[in-house]
Amino acid sequence: MYNQDKYEAIIGLEVHSQLLTESKAFCTCSTKFGDTPNTNTCPVCLGHPGALPTLNEKLVEYAIKMGLATNCHIRQSSIFARKNYFYEDLPKGYQISQYDQPICYDGFIEIELDEFSTKKIGITRIHMEEDTGKSIHDIDIDTLLDFNRCGIPLIEIVSEPDIRSADEAYKYLEQLRQILLYLGISTANMEEGALRCDANISVRLRGEKNFGTKTEVKNLNSFRNVQKAIEYEIQRQIEEIESGNIIHQETRLWDAAKHQTRVMRTKEMAHDYRYFPEPDLVEVFVEDKFQNEILNTLPELPLQKKKRFIKDYSINNYDATILVNDYDLANFYENTIKCFSQPDKNKNKLVSNWIQTEVLRILSEQNISINELNLSANNLSELIELLASDKISSRIAKDIFPEIISTGKNPNAIIKEKNLVQVSDDALIESIVKKIIDENPDNVQKYKNGKNNLFGFFVGQVMKETQGKANPKIINKFLEKYLS
Amino acid sequence: MDTKAIKHIAELAHLKFKDEEIESFAIQFSGIINYVSSVEKLSLERIEPLTRPFEAQNVVRQDMAQSSIPKEDALLNAPKRNEMFFKVPKVIE
Repeated sequence: MYNQDKYEAIIGLEVHSQLLTESKAFCTCSTKFGDTPNTNTCPVCLGHPGALPTLNEKLVEYAIKMGLATNCHIRQSSIFARKNYFYEDLPKGYQISQYDQPICYDGFIEIELDEFSTKKIGITRIHMEEDTGKSIHDIDIDTLLDFNRCGIPLIEIVSEPDIRSADEAYKYLEQLRQILLYLGISTANMEEGALRCDANISVRLRGEKNFGTKTEVKNLNSFRNVQKAIEYEIQRQIEEIESGNIIHQETRLWDAAKHQTRVMRTKEMAHDYRYFPEPDLVEVFVEDKFQNEILNTLPELPLQKKKRFIKDYSINNYDATILVNDYDLANFYENTIKCFSQPDKNKNKLVSNWIQTEVLRILSEQNISINELNLSANNLSELIELLASDKISSRIAKDIFPEIISTGKNPNAIIKEKNLVQVSDDALIESIVKKIIDENPDNVQKYKNGKNNLFGFFVGQVMKETQGKANPKIINKFLEKYLS
Repeated sequence: MDTKAIKHIAELAHLKFKDEEIESFAIQFSGIINYVSSVEKLSLERIEPLTRPFEAQNVVRQDMAQSSIPKEDALLNAPKRNEMFFKVPKVIE
C-alpha cells in the first residue's frame, strides 16, 4: 500500500439522495421505484415546450429537515436555478437545481472513528434539485432511456474536504445514510440508486498546505465500492506522483469488475453550465415558524441514540451499533427495556443478545422488518424476565419463541400451559444427577480418565430426565461435585 | 465578443455555423452587449438583483401523485424507440 506517512489524502463527497415523496419535484408523476419504464412521465418531466413546473412542498420540508439534522444554517430566502447542459437523460436541456443560494449551508456531522473518538465532517451545502432519467447502456446497441426517474426530488449534500481516508469516507456516508433513514426522508438504498456518491480525491505530501490536483470519481454504487474506489484512487495518485507524473483534473469512473478507476469519456463534457435563476419558479421563503415546526419533529439521531444506549443501558459499543443501525429495531429494543419493572443491566444485555441472535435471524430468514414481526416488546420483556430469573432455561426460551411469535400469546401463559417452568429444586436435581451417574459407570470412568467432553453427555442425560426443565447451573454444580 | 466566444456558445447549444456566419454573429453580439452594458454606467449598488418582475413566494403544491400520460403518448416524440424505451445513439464508451 501507499506510504501513509509521506502522503495525506484529501477527500470530499458529493452525495445525492432521492427523497421519499409520492410525487416528483415539479410535477405530479409518481416516484415509485420499479414501475414499467416511461409510465410515470408527463409534459413537465419530459420537457415538452410550454409545460411549467410546480414545486412539491415536501421537497422543501425534507431538505430543511436534513439541513437541521446536519447542523446547517437554513437560508431564509433561496431560489432555484437552471443548470444548462445537453445530455440524453435530461430532456429539458437543463436541470432545475440551486446554485449560489442553496437552502442549507455550513453544517457538519460527527462520525465515530473508534469507540472513543469522533470527528466532525463539515457540510458545505445541501441543495434541492431534480433527478435525471435513467440511461441503460448495456442491453442494446443504442442507449435506452427511462424517464420515470426524471424529476424525482433530490438533495445534494456536499461535504467539506475534511475526509482523510477511505474508511472515514465510508463512515461519513454510513452516518448520512442512517440520518436519512431516521428522518424518514429517503430509502437511502444505494443498490437502487436512491443514494449516490461521487468522491473528489487528491493527495499531498504531509505537511503541505495547498491541495493537490483532484480527480472526481463516479459510479460508486455500493458502500464497498466507495471504500475500494477511494483506496484505489489514492494509491494511483501517489504512484503517479512518485513516478514523476502529474495528476490531471478529470472525471474517472470506478470499474467494480476490474477494481480500478479509468478516465470517463463521453461525447458531452462541456462544464459550462451557465446557471441562471429559474424563471418558472418563485422564491422559497422559509418562515421561522415553519423551521421551528420541523425542528420539533426531528427524531433523536443515530449517534446520539447510540451514545445514550451505551450510557443508559450499559451495553457495549458493538451491541449499540447493531441496534441503532436500524431505527425501528432501536425503538423496539428500548420499548422492551421500558417494560421491565426494575432497571437491570443484565436484562438489558440479555435483550440485546436475544435481538441480535433470535430476532435478527428470523427477520433475515423471512426478509421482513421488526415492525412486520408479530412480537410485542411486552412479550419479549416477559420472556427475558423468565430467563433472567431462572424460571425457564435458555433452551426452553428458544423452544417457545416461535410459538410466541406465531400465536402472540404471552410467555408466562405458554410455560404454564405446557408446564415448562424450570426446575431449580436442589434436592430433586441432585437425586437425578446421582441416578444418571449410577446408571453410567463406564462413562464416569472415561470422564475421570480425562475424556472431559463427556461432561456434556451427563448434562444432556439430566435434561432428558427433566424434559429440558432442569436449571443448567444447578446440574453443573452437582455434576462437578459427583464427577470429581 | 470574438469569434472564439461565438464558437463556444454555438458548441454548447449544439449549433453549427459557417465561418462567415460566426463572424457576422460576433459583430451583432458585440453590438447587443455594448448596448446593454450602458446599464453599467448607472449607480446600482443599492439595488437588489431582480429575478422576476413580480413578487411571489412559496408557490407550492401538496405531495400527491396523479396519473401520468400513457407510455405510448410519452414515446410519441421519441426519435427512435423500442417497446418501452426512448433510444439514442450510445453516449458512453
